[in-house]
Order: sequence, then C-alpha cells, then structure tokens
Amino acid sequence: MTGRTPWFVISVLILGYLFLYGPIFSLVFYSFNESRLVTVWAGFSTRWYGELMHNDALLSGAWLSLQIAFLTACAAVVLGTLAAFALIRFGNFRGRTLFAGMVTAPLVMPEVITGLSLLLLFVAMESVLGGPKRGMMTIVIAHATFATAYVTVVVQSRLGQLDMSLEEAAMDLGARPFKVVRVITLPLIWPAMLAGWLLAFTLSFDDLVVATFTSGPGAKTLPMEVFSSVRMGVSPQINALATIFIVVVTSAVVIANQLAFRRRA
Amino acid sequence: MRSPAKSFAAVVRSLNQPGAAGRLTALAIPYAWLGLFFLLPLLIVLKISVSESVMGIPPYEPILTFAENATLQIHLTFSNFVLLLRDDMYVVAYVNSVKIAAISTLISVLLGYTMAYGIARSPLRWRYLLLMLIIIPFWTSFLIRIYAMIGFLKDNGLVNNLLMALGIIDQPLAIMYTPAAVYIGIVYSYLPFMVLPIYAALERMDPSLLEAASDLGAKPWKAFLRVTLPLSMPGVVAGSLLVFIPAVGEFVIPELLGGLGSPMIGKVLWAEFFSNRDWPVSSAVAVAMLALLVVPVMMFDRFASRYFRGR
Repeated sequence: MTGRTPWFVISVLILGYLFLYGPIFSLVFYSFNESRLVTVWAGFSTRWYGELMHNDALLSGAWLSLQIAFLTACAAVVLGTLAAFALIRFGNFRGRTLFAGMVTAPLVMPEVITGLSLLLLFVAMESVLGGPKRGMMTIVIAHATFATAYVTVVVQSRLGQLDMSLEEAAMDLGARPFKVVRVITLPLIWPAMLAGWLLAFTLSFDDLVVATFTSGPGAKTLPMEVFSSVRMGVSPQINALATIFIVVVTSAVVIANQLAFRRRA
Repeated sequence: MRSPAKSFAAVVRSLNQPGAAGRLTALAIPYAWLGLFFLLPLLIVLKISVSESVMGIPPYEPILTFAENATLQIHLTFSNFVLLLRDDMYVVAYVNSVKIAAISTLISVLLGYTMAYGIARSPLRWRYLLLMLIIIPFWTSFLIRIYAMIGFLKDNGLVNNLLMALGIIDQPLAIMYTPAAVYIGIVYSYLPFMVLPIYAALERMDPSLLEAASDLGAKPWKAFLRVTLPLSMPGVVAGSLLVFIPAVGEFVIPELLGGLGSPMIGKVLWAEFFSNRDWPVSSAVAVAMLALLVVPVMMFDRFASRYFRGR
C-alpha cells in the first residue's frame, strides 16, 4: 500500500488492542492478589493457585472436559476431512447443496438452538432406541457435530490449493485411489488436519451452552463449573484458573505459528 | 476456476474410475452424521413447537397418535406461537436481540475495519505480531474473556478505578448490568471474527490498483472509497454474518454482563427450558429465532461455499 497511514487509524489500532487486552491483563494481575476481594491489592501471592489445586469440583470438571475435547477433536477430524474431500474432489454430486449447507450452517448457528435441538433428539432417541444415556458421550456427539464444520473449512481450503496433477500422475502410474490418498494427499494436508484437530479441541473444551443442554446427571464440564461459580460472584480461584488457561493458549499459538513460519521460510 | 467442460469430465471420470465405492463411503459417513445430528434435530424442534405441552416425561403431547379404531390422529397446535405474540416479554426480547446484534455488528465493522486496515498497512516486521495478537483472543476461552470483562467493567473494576484515579469521574460509572455492557461484551468477544476476514480481503488486494488510482489523480480518500472499500466488501460481509448471526442468539453475554433491562431471545429460550421446563414454548422460541436467521444463514452458506473452496 502507498502513502502514510492516517493518524486516526493508528490511534484506533492502539485503542483496539488496549480493548482486547485490558480485561485479560487485569484478570492476570489480580490472580496474584493476596486479598479475597478481587479488586483490592493486598500484596503478591500465589495462594489462589494453591487453592485451585485442591478444588475437586474444578479439577474433575477439567478432566471430563479434556476427555470430551480429545474425543471430539478425533471424531471431527475424521468427519471434517471426509466432508472436505467430498466438497472439493467429488464434483457436483446429487445433494451437494444440502450437504454444503449442513456443513457450513453450524459455524454460525446460535448455540442455544444447537443445544436445544440436540437434547430433543437425544430424548427422542432414548425413548425409541433406549439410548445413548445422556452424559459424556452425548456431549461428544454434540460437540463433534459443530466442530466438524470448522475442520471442514480448514481442510477444504488446503485441499482447494493443492495441485491435483500430483494425484493424477500417481493414478496414471497405476496407484489405487486409496494408496494415492495415503501416499500423496494425506502427507500434503496433515498440517491442515492438525490445525483442525486443535481448533475442534479448543471449541469443545470451551463450550458451555451446548454441553449444558446435552449433558446428563453427574456430567459437569469445566465451563459448567466455572459458569456456576461465576454466577455466584467473582472468585480469585477462577482468576488463577483463567491465567493458567491464557498462558497455555498463548504459548501454544506462538509455538504453532513459529513452527509454521519456519517451515515456510 | 475450473471450466464447466472440465468439471463435467471430472464427474464422468469419477463415476468410472476405480474406488467409486470408497468415494461413496467417504461421502456417506459425514452426510449421515450431519443428517442425523444437525438436520433431524432441527426438524424435531419444529415438530415439538407445534405440540401441546403436558406435565410428564417428555413434557409434550405426541402430534401423531393411533386412536382405538386404528385411525391416525394428528394434534397440531399453534398456541405456542400465539403465546409468543400475545406476551410482550417475548416480543420485546425478540426485537431487543435484533437491535443489540445489529448495533454490535455495526460497531464491530467500524472498529474491526479500521484495525484490519491499520494491520494491512503496517510494516511487514510488525504485521506478524499484530495478527498474532488478534488470533490469541480468538483461541482463548470465550467464557474466560467474558469473565475478565466483569472484572474490567464493574464499579470497582479497572476502568472505573483508572478513571477515578485520573480524576475524570468522581463516582464509578455504572456499566455492568446495563445494555452498554452487553454491547461491549459482544464487540469484545466477536471482534477477531470481524478483523480476520477483512484483513484477508485487504491483503489479497493488488497494491498496483492504488498506485494506478493515484497516478490518475485520485486523492487518497477517494482511492480508498472507490478502490479499497469495494474490494474489501467480501471480508466485511463475511465478518458481519459471523458476528450478527451468533449474536442474535447469544446467551452467556446478556446473562453475565446484562441486567434485567436487556432481555434477549437466547436468555428467554434458556429460561423457558431450564426454569419453566416448557419444551414446546422453548422450541417455538427457537423456531421464531430460526425464521429470523434463515436468510442470513443461507447468505453465509452461499458465501462460504465460494470462499472456503480455496482458489
């Protein structure tokens, strides 16, 4: 681009970043506060981190959420990669419009609708088929359904950029389609699949609304625990938990970007 | 873009080539999954929204029953929808949701566009860092960011303490539990969804177009209005849909940041379902919300199928 950047663009940019990061910094700062009153500074302390380690409800919620997120991410990568293949490589098959719509609509569908509709399905399935029992597995199914949409988008744009002549060459040389996929296509798209896996994991780990609808008795995920304690009021333990979360996510994003950057350079 | 002849050839090839069974399986699995867990549930919501509510498990009447002489009886009721129209609470929540989502989207466009524009014009060595700073909140927990907003906005939170320390105000501004907090929360949560697609559109732009405009004597602001803005419109449309549609049904933000003065449909649906246990009415609320969103969602679908196919 040419010319000088107008001063007001630069000031809005600075204000925008302050807006994005101000709340996060204030949260991290007060997580090291000795006082129970979250906004009165009473000296540096890691007391809340220690208490967090003894909060059984939050810990078991975190363990459940990790399991759900792992299973969701694996299911969504399989479903999403297949869907991306269908959309990019299968031409205009019959029912493509409906299929493409079902793949992308969950990206924007309000969570309350996704949650309510899936719960009603699970209730109907329970009365007709006798299962699945509501709990961890129903949350995984619900999460995998919307996470698939995100994986499809990520894998789809990578597949769309690929040079098809490599696959065609392998076919012409007599490779079976399955072997072409395994030897040529998968090695080329695995970074996109990994990105999709991480995205699905994060979305599942973070979800409150859909999990609340589709969960059964006894299955309380980490966001559900956090939500009920936030509703009671701000708690320093949640500040500590949030800080750990932010540090983990930030390092993961930075490392992933560094790896991707070095690969390209 | 592939020519029509070429795609026709691809279809013909795909039918004859080895591995057609594998392709069918590859398509059938996600198709069946989405049909069962995305489409069918929506149809069930539609069905229950026209069912009579009763006490029991499940708390609604079946719409199809077999009477004693084996004739099929159909019970359809629109009373749930009539209730939504009669009761002010629903209408107010509905109008309010659309208003809040629309205004928040507009604020996000103004802020997000300016930020994306600033990033796209920044020196290359800065751009990587600036983009990363947009992406990190995108990956950080939504719930945690809303929680952080509470600590930021409340009466003795950072904003009020700072403004009072600077002597700008004597008394804390009551932002929490007002509609303003809901707007701030939505813009805060969804801003990355606006910045990233606009930035992508600006980055794709050919800089020589602006040079050409300036060589032909266009002032910078005119070049912006006539060249940059139209070329970045796809990013603005994508970002707006990504903000507006989920914002209409938002539950967590009005619940945690808003007060009683800012009812939204997502909150009403939640209350009908979890507090009143009225499944037919909450389904009717969902159907009313879907009716409003069906056009934007279809726009998004059409847009996405072009946009995400890669180039």
